[in-house]
Amino acid sequence: MTLSKAATQSDASVHSTFASRYARVCLPRFKMPDNSIPKEAAYQIINDELMLDGNPRLNLASFVTTWMEPECDKLMMDAINKNYVDMDEYPVTTELQNRCVNMIANLFNAPLGETEVAVGVGTVGSSEAIMLAGLAFKRRWQNRRRALGLPTDNPNIVTGANVQVCWEKFARYFEVELKEVKLSDGYYVMDPQKAVDMVDENTICVAAILGSTLNGEFEDVKLLNDLLEAKNKETGWDTPIHVDAASGGFIAPFLYPELEWDFRLPLVKSINVSGHKYGLVYAGVGWVIWRTKEDLPEELIFHINYLGADQPTFTLNFSKGSNQIIAQYYQLIRLGFEGYKNIMENCQENAKILKAGLEETGRFTIISKDIGVPLVAFSLKDNSIHNEFEISDMLRRYGWIVPAYTMPPDAQHVTVLRVVIREDFSRTLANRLVTDIEKVLTDLDALPARFSAKLAANDENDDQVSRKKTALEMQKEVCSVWKKFVDERKMKINGVC
Amino acid sequence: MVISNTTAEASTKNISCTFASRYVRTALPRYKMPENSIPKDAACQIINDELMLDGNPRLNLASFVTTWMEPECDKLIMDSINKNYVDMDEYPVTTELQNRCVNIIAHLFNAPVGDEETAIGVGTVGSSEAIMLAGLAFKRKWQQKRRAEGKPCDKPNIVTGANVQVCWEKFARYFEVELKEVNLEEDYYVMDPKKAVDMVDENTICVAAILGSTLTGEFEDVKLLNELLTKKNEETGWNTPIHVDAASGGFIAPFIYPDIEWDFRLPLVKSINVSGHKYGLVYAGVGWVIWRNRDDLPEDLVFHINYLGSDQPTFTLNFSKGSSQIIAQYYQLIRLGFEGYKNIMENCRDNAKMLTEEVEKTGKFKVVSKDVGVPVVAFSLKDSSKYTVFDISENLRRFGWIVPAYTMPANAQHVAVLRVVVREDFSRTLGERLISNLQTVLNEMESHPIPVSTKSAHVTIDSENTQGDKVITKKDVTETQTEITKFWKKLVDRKKTNAVC
Repeated sequence: MTLSKAATQSDASVHSTFASRYARVCLPRFKMPDNSIPKEAAYQIINDELMLDGNPRLNLASFVTTWMEPECDKLMMDAINKNYVDMDEYPVTTELQNRCVNMIANLFNAPLGETEVAVGVGTVGSSEAIMLAGLAFKRRWQNRRRALGLPTDNPNIVTGANVQVCWEKFARYFEVELKEVKLSDGYYVMDPQKAVDMVDENTICVAAILGSTLNGEFEDVKLLNDLLEAKNKETGWDTPIHVDAASGGFIAPFLYPELEWDFRLPLVKSINVSGHKYGLVYAGVGWVIWRTKEDLPEELIFHINYLGADQPTFTLNFSKGSNQIIAQYYQLIRLGFEGYKNIMENCQENAKILKAGLEETGRFTIISKDIGVPLVAFSLKDNSIHNEFEISDMLRRYGWIVPAYTMPPDAQHVTVLRVVIREDFSRTLANRLVTDIEKVLTDLDALPARFSAKLAANDENDDQVSRKKTALEMQKEVCSVWKKFVDERKMKINGVC
Repeated sequence: MVISNTTAEASTKNISCTFASRYVRTALPRYKMPENSIPKDAACQIINDELMLDGNPRLNLASFVTTWMEPECDKLIMDSINKNYVDMDEYPVTTELQNRCVNIIAHLFNAPVGDEETAIGVGTVGSSEAIMLAGLAFKRKWQQKRRAEGKPCDKPNIVTGANVQVCWEKFARYFEVELKEVNLEEDYYVMDPKKAVDMVDENTICVAAILGSTLTGEFEDVKLLNELLTKKNEETGWNTPIHVDAASGGFIAPFIYPDIEWDFRLPLVKSINVSGHKYGLVYAGVGWVIWRNRDDLPEDLVFHINYLGSDQPTFTLNFSKGSSQIIAQYYQLIRLGFEGYKNIMENCRDNAKMLTEEVEKTGKFKVVSKDVGVPVVAFSLKDSSKYTVFDISENLRRFGWIVPAYTMPANAQHVAVLRVVVREDFSRTLGERLISNLQTVLNEMESHPIPVSTKSAHVTIDSENTQGDKVITKKDVTETQTEITKFWKKLVDRKKTNAVC
């Protein structure tokens, strides 16, 4: 008789993930764990923790695309293991990038023949695109100065104070001085006249923004071009323009084709646009286009051969995924001109609806203009008792992420809330947002003012009456102190970046 | 009686099968955006079909970058594809995962941080960005030091070997730092520590050593470099630091060569970069840079912004980017753990050894890669008179393999090698198949000698026929065909790589 030994402990792999011991153990945070764990457990644990992230589609702070068609998802997954930089191994993917560059260059009216190849490159985003464009300007300026025997140690760039941080990064990392044209109350973009006044012999370029991050406004590039041309004639400095069309580049050609901002203006030498904003692709792709070959100094291009064949490369990043490039091409041919136009018109309509709904509450001033990126930036008419930051916090309870921020100098006293209308922000969502904002306003009105505001009011009255705090006030105070404490700790744990 | 009007064109675009529709009859637009939209199925199918003509990533033996991950991880990647990583306030968990990865990798490199202390580091898009950030930090620290001493700071330089990957040259050219390269020589294809230290002067912002040279996979002797540089620093007082480019080696050495001292255990090493997408086993698009401690990262390089709603410190070149690769890296770190990575690296090493032995057995090659290093097999032809490694590389493509051939940098330009990278998904069966195909190619080329191509002008040719009589052999059909296709390919390649990077 054979005695079969029944294993009392079933094989660990049989356990359902949540029955296994992996759900009981804390995930490692500082040291790599010594042992492997089953892939299902790893997947489940990470997935569960990620549930506590915000919902990307309700993130109204970001311009970056949060929805694409499932067919495109399939294309992206299939390409996820292709390293884009292997041009020799993946010639079709490289070809697709070239086609995108050509299409975008033609969209921006680059001075090209019918079948002429445009000069441009795909990047990881507008930050990289801007750094490449800035580098090209800096090098051209240095070459010109050296040829004239003049010093090249103090390059500067003229922009508005409303620039996105990547310009400041460019300036600091590449040692170029940033000369910012200050904003003023009611005028939140760069004033072309003031900008041209700031230009001197060390200016490598003037950067205009098509679609300011703060309120979506388009800067008047045509006026800048005219004024700068006049100045160039007097001084002979030949200062060029770069247009940061990160958001606006995929909006203006479809909604405002008469607006002259691109290569139609002779001083515009390079343009960058984010594929992952209104190019309607997921995060991770940008484009920079140069007017002609001359605007991109040859010495900045590297030729390497250690992957087997000659590859010219002018990007800051080397290896990266191919899927966003392929997705961009998909969008360009899938939608075509009419598709993009329809989508942008919808966004514009929904922005109008939202704006009307907010104006109806009677409590807000709208800062954003009608012409520009489809977003609605608004601030409270009266923010003495409650401010925009509180509205932003309370909207989170409903799931919405609506950021509140202060304007840069010289308009720091102005605080705005900003809602970005993306492709996937439909009218139903817009109506719901307005309803929720009204609810938040009602809730806030019922609450007493922030303690500090009250204190300031008390100081003004110079009343030494010490008020006994109500229970609600105590709670609020304790909560805000605790929140600040937690935020500070979180900031520290975040380490760098 | 109701007469129903059957519309002939009711067989609308929606029901025709993609390949029956008119979309496959027109050429895809190449220069201008098309005027009209097309159905999504057509768009997907057309692009998918054209992409079939790309190489197969898993047979691409040129690249170190990961080409296979578990399906569970693919699911995590797709779920997070619409999360813009830089929105730290909106996606706090994703940010937290990045921080955990930084801590884990810092501890793997023996950074001098306490058990519960946060390390200083950041996730990047790849080692290129990581190296630029590290280089920037060194440049800024050096400038501050020089200004404090009242000395000029307009001529910074960096000392590396000629075997550096192109991103160092990019860093040097874009950030206006002089690159002082230690030249290689035949049979010594990495940076010589002694020569490097001799090149250091007061303007040197750092010395960069590579753990896992791109060309042969070899590890440079960082320990020796550290000793020699410490001595020089003592004499000169310049305090020159070291950066280790561990793009490939960073995820190999700790697991299979734990005794090699190359990381923060050496006091002069101030920052290390590693590619998550090489032996970190994640798809392309993630790298890491770790600094020794807070002082090594100047505060004025870190930006604080608030226009997404709350304070965010940022020190990266790229701003918006996808979150998928960061999450995938964390998945790998906890899914595999130390033993998982160790097992995989040991497998790679054994497969590389097997390949090396088989290649040597053919008797035609000289293996230049070493045993200790990245699992790469680099080999050159003993005799390149009849055919070169470039010819072998082209012929292997017929079987689907992509095996690159390239020349060494100065001063070994006459040496050309083939290189096979052994990644996680390169199993033994694939290795055996590669050897068998290689043997087939060798046999073919032995029996049909082809005319010497222009590329092999770099390569030393056993001069039998170079000076003497010009023997005019009538080319047979195969030869003519090969010649024509080679010429055509060169023409096409030239056209393709025009203008755009």
